[in-house]
Amino acid sequence: MTLVLNRIDDRLIHGQVVVGWGQPLDVKSIVLVDDAVASSDWEQDLYRMGVPPEMEVRFHSAADGAPLLDGYRTEARPGILLTGDIATMRALVVHGGVRDVNVGGIHHRAGRTQHLRYVFLTAAEEAALAELVTLGAVVTAQDVPATRAVPLAELVAARLSA
Amino acid sequence: MSDTAGRALVAGHADFAAGMISAVQQITGQGAVLIPIQVRDLCSDDIQQMLYQAMMTTGTRVIFTDLQAGSCTMAARRVLREIGEGVLVAGTNLPMLLDFALSTNANAVEAAASAAERGRGAVTVHTASPA
Repeated sequence: MTLVLNRIDDRLIHGQVVVGWGQPLDVKSIVLVDDAVASSDWEQDLYRMGVPPEMEVRFHSAADGAPLLDGYRTEARPGILLTGDIATMRALVVHGGVRDVNVGGIHHRAGRTQHLRYVFLTAAEEAALAELVTLGAVVTAQDVPATRAVPLAELVAARLSA
Repeated sequence: MSDTAGRALVAGHADFAAGMISAVQQITGQGAVLIPIQVRDLCSDDIQQMLYQAMMTTGTRVIFTDLQAGSCTMAARRVLREIGEGVLVAGTNLPMLLDFALSTNANAVEAAASAAERGRGAVTVHTASPA
């Protein structure tokens, strides 16, 4: 599949991914890279249940998934690459050739500061996103296609009060 | 307030739950049967915690959610797995909630299953033809 979106989203597969991006991009496949999900049959069944029958979901750990991405990019069907955190996406930037990173949803947790409605980051996470840029990736935040892609510098500079 | 108040949770994106329950209230006067869980920009863990707390507080074991692929549905499945009982109906529509709100079945889980069938059958398509 052509990977048309490389997304960090702590909800993994959910409505914005399957419907919000999936329908306009005619997505036929999701590559979900997450160590915990890759090791749990129950979690995989849960996420499979959430996609339409014509949409394939492939589950990989970060270590197993990274070498497969070049192959996935040569397939004709559009697909979305999905990770639940920045560290996993970093592994795919370094070892899987990912060059565009969409920050789709990193939500509230203790110690995080709100930058956008759907992005909360610790200082370490801000630095981790900046490192993706130094590794050669273009990083933007965008929850759904109808909204504007926010460049990383603008994302980091933005502060929303709780 | 009905003596069946709080028989089920309705969980969904943005104002889905409040809107659906408002419609149930207007049509049947039984909106109190349903408890809204409104989710806006929360992580999966927070949604799961909201649902779990609501189920523990109210004792209900029925959850209606909006979207099969939605994060509420995912969280609800995890909560039901943790609790070990209850029923989840995903893809909720208004006819389904109306049937549930008006159900006289004392077993809420059975009432939810029946309501799901009613909701499934209530979807129709009418195509206009030239006069």
